[in-house]
Amino acid sequence: MRPVAFRGAGFAPRASRHAGWVALLAVLAVWQAAGSAGLVNSLFLPTPLAIARAIWQLAVSGALWQHISWSLMRIIAGWILGTAAGIAVGFAIGLFNHARAIGITFISALFPIPKIALLPLLILWLGIGEEPKIATIALGVFFSTAISVYSGVDAVPRNLIRMAQSFNVPFETIVRRVIWPGALPSILAGFRISASVALLLVVSAEMVGADRGIGAFVLQAGNLMQTDQLLAGVVILSLFGLTVGKLINWLEMWLLRWR
Amino acid sequence: MDLIADHISHRFGALEVLDDVSFTVGAGEVVAIVGPSGCGKSTLLSILGGLLQPSAGAAKWRGAPPAGSLNPLTFVFQDFALLPWDTVEANVEFPLLHAPLAPDERRALVDDALRRTGLSDFRGAYPKQLSGGMRQRVGIARALAVRPAILLMDEPLSALDSQTRELLLEDFIGLLAGGGMGAVYVTHNLEEAVRLADRIVVLSRRPGRVRRIVPVAVSRAERSADEARAKLLALQDELWSLIREEAIDAEREVQHA
Repeated sequence: MRPVAFRGAGFAPRASRHAGWVALLAVLAVWQAAGSAGLVNSLFLPTPLAIARAIWQLAVSGALWQHISWSLMRIIAGWILGTAAGIAVGFAIGLFNHARAIGITFISALFPIPKIALLPLLILWLGIGEEPKIATIALGVFFSTAISVYSGVDAVPRNLIRMAQSFNVPFETIVRRVIWPGALPSILAGFRISASVALLLVVSAEMVGADRGIGAFVLQAGNLMQTDQLLAGVVILSLFGLTVGKLINWLEMWLLRWR
Repeated sequence: MDLIADHISHRFGALEVLDDVSFTVGAGEVVAIVGPSGCGKSTLLSILGGLLQPSAGAAKWRGAPPAGSLNPLTFVFQDFALLPWDTVEANVEFPLLHAPLAPDERRALVDDALRRTGLSDFRGAYPKQLSGGMRQRVGIARALAVRPAILLMDEPLSALDSQTRELLLEDFIGLLAGGGMGAVYVTHNLEEAVRLADRIVVLSRRPGRVRRIVPVAVSRAERSADEARAKLLALQDELWSLIREEAIDAEREVQHA
């Protein structure tokens, strides 16, 4: 008699949180050691400790909060405008024939444009204040939101809509109680994308024309060869992205707890 | 209230699905619709319930729906069609939200429907937490909550395992026993048809035509007796011999399509 050989292993990767942190710390330690030992020119790649020191100094001097608050203001204003318009247009495309025909044509034509290319035009239209930056972010957010919203509406199971119709449920209630929650997973996934679009565009816009904001700060630090400051700005952007990702995770866990 | 299929024909593009189907469902009567796969049973039910417009003919009703009925023609779906983001209670309440009811009237209807389907202890559960049989019970509770005159049941048991199917079939028999509520029961399962129905409409293969309307000779109240069972079994065999040849052809056709 021989045992039946086990052949069901693998294809079920599980991320251990522990291992990730250990690897991150190991990379930082090697980086730090290489810098301290003089193997890497600190002008081109400052050590993690130097970057941490730069962040600390920025925080203490208050400059950090000023830059962050300018960037945040632009992101939040642009994101809210773009998201509101994107949800409205996305629902219209998902629900109505004419809106669908017209909306999809325009979105297909305009979505591929890198929105930062429109900033000069928007500056001509709106002046050199905050408006063109916010409008650039809003445009970028709008297109990706509109697409994720109408795909979400399209993905709502038709049998649920027919069920509601079979009980004479009015249109408005079907939208609110069937289509909105059914589209929500796709809408929230869209938020994840639109948040990163907003971050990308705020940095780009601030590099083109601003003297405050994280993007402007990173650009100035580069011009002055202050690479520790530059990387401090990059780390802050990374932390910002992580925080937004976590927020959306919580939002999903709370709003989609039925899944 | 009577429900009438009045010379209903339907085609999807070039595909002719139903051809001149006529029959009447009397008040409190249970009519089963059987036939080979693809004969248009579900299409016919959608037309009867106003979810699909027939190419020709019409679904009609005659007489007044019972007092207090909020949705005289009410569907029970094969795939349950529950809102996954709502609890059992909210699913049952859903078709009542737009009805002109006081909050306590609405709550009473929901409570009553949950009680009749044995779901009172599960009102806070989400559909994903329930077994298939319990999910279909929610579908039935939702249908009962609107006080239907006629239930339109589209293969309500075919997504369930055979034991659950038996349990729910017994529930259906109990629910329809009072005679206050009629049903059109679409099924491919002949046993369900003979146990549940007063009359059985046998459709031909596509395009579905009425081949025969077979009354079940034993009254619904007397079907649990032993000699009744023998009669029902004989009827089931008779129906199968009526459908068998066409079922074979229909299956070949579906596989070629």
